[in-house]
Amino acid sequence: MTANAILVPETDPAVIHRDQGRYCCAGRWTLDGGIETLDAQRQGVNWGSGALQLDGSGIRAIDTTGALQLLNLIAALERDGRRVQLTGLRAEHQALLDLVRERRATAGEARPAPPAWNGLERLGRWFSRHLSHGIEFLAFIGEAATALGRLALHPGRFRWRALLGNIETAGVHALPIIALLSFMIGVVIAYQGGQQLKIYGANIFIVELVALTLLRELAPLITAIIVAGRTGSSYTAQIGTMRITEEVDALHTIGIRPMDLLVLPKLLALIIVLPLLTVFADLFSVFGGMVVARAFLEVSFTDFLDRFAQVVTLTSFLLGVGKAPVFAAIIALVGCYQGFRVRGGADSVGRHTTISVVQAIFLVIAANALFSVILGGVGLWR
Amino acid sequence: MALAADPAEVVIAVRDLRAQFGAAVILDHLDLEVRRGEVVALVGGSGSGKTTLLRAIIMLLRPAAGSIQLFGQEILGIGESAAFRLRSRFGMLFQQGALFSSLTVRDNVAVPLREHTRLPARYIAEIADLKIALAGLPADAGDKWPRELSGGMLKRAALARALALDPALLFLDEPTAGLDPVSAGAFDELVVQLKESLGLTVVMVTHDLDSLWRVTDRVAFLGEKRVVGYAPMPELIAHEHPLIRAYFEGPRARAAREQACRAK
Repeated sequence: MTANAILVPETDPAVIHRDQGRYCCAGRWTLDGGIETLDAQRQGVNWGSGALQLDGSGIRAIDTTGALQLLNLIAALERDGRRVQLTGLRAEHQALLDLVRERRATAGEARPAPPAWNGLERLGRWFSRHLSHGIEFLAFIGEAATALGRLALHPGRFRWRALLGNIETAGVHALPIIALLSFMIGVVIAYQGGQQLKIYGANIFIVELVALTLLRELAPLITAIIVAGRTGSSYTAQIGTMRITEEVDALHTIGIRPMDLLVLPKLLALIIVLPLLTVFADLFSVFGGMVVARAFLEVSFTDFLDRFAQVVTLTSFLLGVGKAPVFAAIIALVGCYQGFRVRGGADSVGRHTTISVVQAIFLVIAANALFSVILGGVGLWR
Repeated sequence: MALAADPAEVVIAVRDLRAQFGAAVILDHLDLEVRRGEVVALVGGSGSGKTTLLRAIIMLLRPAAGSIQLFGQEILGIGESAAFRLRSRFGMLFQQGALFSSLTVRDNVAVPLREHTRLPARYIAEIADLKIALAGLPADAGDKWPRELSGGMLKRAALARALALDPALLFLDEPTAGLDPVSAGAFDELVVQLKESLGLTVVMVTHDLDSLWRVTDRVAFLGEKRVVGYAPMPELIAHEHPLIRAYFEGPRARAAREQACRAK
């Protein structure tokens, strides 16, 4: 806060003083009249004991805050066993004082903060909260699955327009950023790995390094993380805002299931789009690797592509792309679920959008690890 | 138009104002004057620029041309720090309340106090509680969250925040819209009571005909991009301008008038 952000006390601030045995209040008893100094002023005056008269005729202006301070002053003096009589107040000031006194009697006070939880209680609450969120999320997945089942029975009801709109915003509009970022990832991987290979003169193995890491692991993962940040968050924010503005309730009353209109098109659009984006990321990241291989490792584009065709099996490619629909389902379901959990106001939208992105990325990485274990178990990991 | 008034008593003076969005001119050659202690309502059909005028006066919207003086100070081209000081002298009640959803009612009322004064926190809480009580809210309202309040309580909590700095000037944007008749009537009473006890000047945008009769001293009728009539209600309804006649000759307007006459 800058200095000019403060109400500048005008001249004639609020004062209390003792004048020939009389106690006088004077000046402007207003928010900008320096009333915060009155506590200190009160302690500086010798109030004597027993009954005393407080002369308010010198008060030039008073507002509710000043009236509150005047009442506090009288209360503080009376607490110390004096009897205070306030005199000389102008009629309109007296009226304001009476209003404040009357209203303050009905005013609430801050509730004392609830006692802090001890460690064990906090752990228990944390666990039970997350458990119930987990169960709710499972219920949401179940609802989405039944909605999909209904769709399979009545495919004519599907909202194609919403699907195509989502494909455009989640897919087509994401192409430039996916291309740029996956190209850079390809460059970094090839450059770092190539430095090591060069030491052993095994430059040509850059192809295996680049192709397998990118196609199997990094391209699907990077694409999913970008989409979670870009699209998953927008799903949460959109549905959350619709909850606050009661648009979700409006859909219910019109007889449209929010699941059918808001979730299924998003879910299906992402399941279609994410594998395609992953292929796109494959292309650009391998291209990034090729550029580095030619520039620093003396592996020409032709050599690179020849070896690429020999060492990269269709399985490697499909394993990477095959994970994408699962990632897509995770991102879309988490994003929509968090959107429906929004309650209240703007801060809730922000909170759930954050949760949505964090959970989606966490679950995508966890699912990726699970894939590695399972595929290793069935012998596809070679 | 307004009678010549003592310049010190004129709180708001709008002269030759033009406001436009792109090529669409909303207000043109508009004049308006509000005196100290008055309750003035801005009325007019939808799209007549009532809210635009209000937003221009409270410095949320930059007019294209003209002059607006608040407390004798020109606000077109005003500096940053002068605007900040001026903002502490008026309070605004937004139509939807605009309470900060991440704060309790008490903290909402405390926000202007924290920004504009250097009072200790304990004292700010006490002032906030007083304002909540002044706005006619029950004692436990301070700890509530905005989402837990009913429509009427929300308006009162927003009023408490508008009154936080003891402003001399209060703006209300459709204060009784969306309230039931009992709550709307009670809110009108509250405005009158606060105006009298705190010496407020009040400018309100409203469609509520009952409020117009019960609360206002003068009513400014907006039409044709300017103020076409500015008078107390009994005179305004006798105005011969076709827009004003159309506005006040519907069955709803007549019922409100009859009720107001009976009350007198």
